[in-house]
Amino acid sequence: MTTANETAVAKYRNNFLKEVEATVEEGHWVKMCMQCGVCAGSCPFGPHWEHSPQKIFMMIRAGKREEVLKSDSMWMCTSCYNCMVRCPRELPITHIMHGLANYAYRLGLSPKGQPNQVIAKLFWESALKYGRVNELKFSLAMYFRDGFVQGVKNALAMQGVGLGLVKAGRLNPMEIISGHTCKDTSGIHKMIAKAREIEDRRRGLA
Amino acid sequence: MTKKQYAFYPGCSSQKGASAANYITSFGVICDKLDIQLNEIPDWNCCAASIGYAEGGELPRIVMGARNLALSDQHLPGQDIVSGCPACWLANREATERLQHSSSLMAEANEALKEVSLKLRTDFNTKSRHFTEVLIEDIGYAGMKAPVVKPLDGVKIAGYVGCQANRPYGIAGESFENPQYLDKMIETCGAEAVPYDQKVTCCGGALAFSEPDKAQALIQDIVGSAYDHGADLIVTPCPLCQANVEIYQSEINKKKGTKFNMPVVYYTQLLNVAYGGSIKEAGLDGQLIRAEKLEKIAGK
Repeated sequence: MTTANETAVAKYRNNFLKEVEATVEEGHWVKMCMQCGVCAGSCPFGPHWEHSPQKIFMMIRAGKREEVLKSDSMWMCTSCYNCMVRCPRELPITHIMHGLANYAYRLGLSPKGQPNQVIAKLFWESALKYGRVNELKFSLAMYFRDGFVQGVKNALAMQGVGLGLVKAGRLNPMEIISGHTCKDTSGIHKMIAKAREIEDRRRGLA
Repeated sequence: MTKKQYAFYPGCSSQKGASAANYITSFGVICDKLDIQLNEIPDWNCCAASIGYAEGGELPRIVMGARNLALSDQHLPGQDIVSGCPACWLANREATERLQHSSSLMAEANEALKEVSLKLRTDFNTKSRHFTEVLIEDIGYAGMKAPVVKPLDGVKIAGYVGCQANRPYGIAGESFENPQYLDKMIETCGAEAVPYDQKVTCCGGALAFSEPDKAQALIQDIVGSAYDHGADLIVTPCPLCQANVEIYQSEINKKKGTKFNMPVVYYTQLLNVAYGGSIKEAGLDGQLIRAEKLEKIAGK
């Protein structure tokens, strides 16, 4: 069976810009980047990533498919929207970075175990399961992502904060058994499955 | 006087027993004094937030928003959709704009909405707004000042606007680099807004969880600058900013040897206390770092 990645490579050959335009959220904006670098200087996590948005956009145009899709840069986005509001060409940079992250993830090329990728996935799963995020289960899932022993260590390290929140009425231990939930969770699951099916079809990921 | 009616989208963190429960508590006195009625959207779901991108993708994320918009339109037609959480506001507003902008996206969203027996009308254009917009635009600063009975005299406050209450949409007429509205609200309550150079610095958002050291470096700047400028407390319009900037001070103290103990409250808690609200009504009992100066005024 051919993977989604192999299909995409065969379909777009070496035209990675065309691939991004067709498959990545707001990807059609990439070619508008004029390489000024304001985004690179505006990112709160700037010192921590491999490539700035500016570099990513030029790499896309240069056809550096593997390097872009395997980069950790898109996963370093805090969604602060600083790059987006400062961009003189008004590129929706935040959304493009999210879109690239999602595409790389769906192709199975994104860096494995990257912590922000883990949290993004856990958040979405928590939101979908009950229709609303269960903060307690979401936090515990994050602490226990690397197994039980590390999870206990992580939870113990933060227990002071956790107890403080419980005392302040901002964390309810009962959420572990009965949390907030939507009435129509089964409908929401079907709705999101349908949305994903439509989008995968449109993006050639089906 | 008839009350101003709004469709209300609380968001996950503002539910009972959740991390911003005290934020919503503090809305009570304000809505009473300013004749605002917030009508909760029935069976609303998570807005999908910004961090949902990895697993969510574009259409599923927008459909999560579309369901809320459709429910609001069905049950509370004509009422602007108001949220206290900037991330929820952003998601609702973004979903509205994206759907308005693209008829094919609207058609796809409606195909998915069929699964929950809902439909979003193709000319849907109800505004999604943040609660600060309701206060600033519908009530006005003079209107906000009218019910003040206990001016917060002598309290020095750093107005921390953060990211999503300011970008990409922000408050009409404000600049992204140096928005003034929070300082004006502080002054409306009779407190002093100190100059504050970290006003629009990112707190790390959801990544405070997954990249603690990187986010805590930002939070250290945010809290440190408030101290440098003589602030007694920090005020914010965002539940995630509030949580991150308050909760991680003890961690930063452990790792960096700082002695941070800076209360971080919501703008609604300031107004609430200024309007005569009690410690409980203002949700001040929900602080990890107690805001003693405000409690003293509220307890008078």
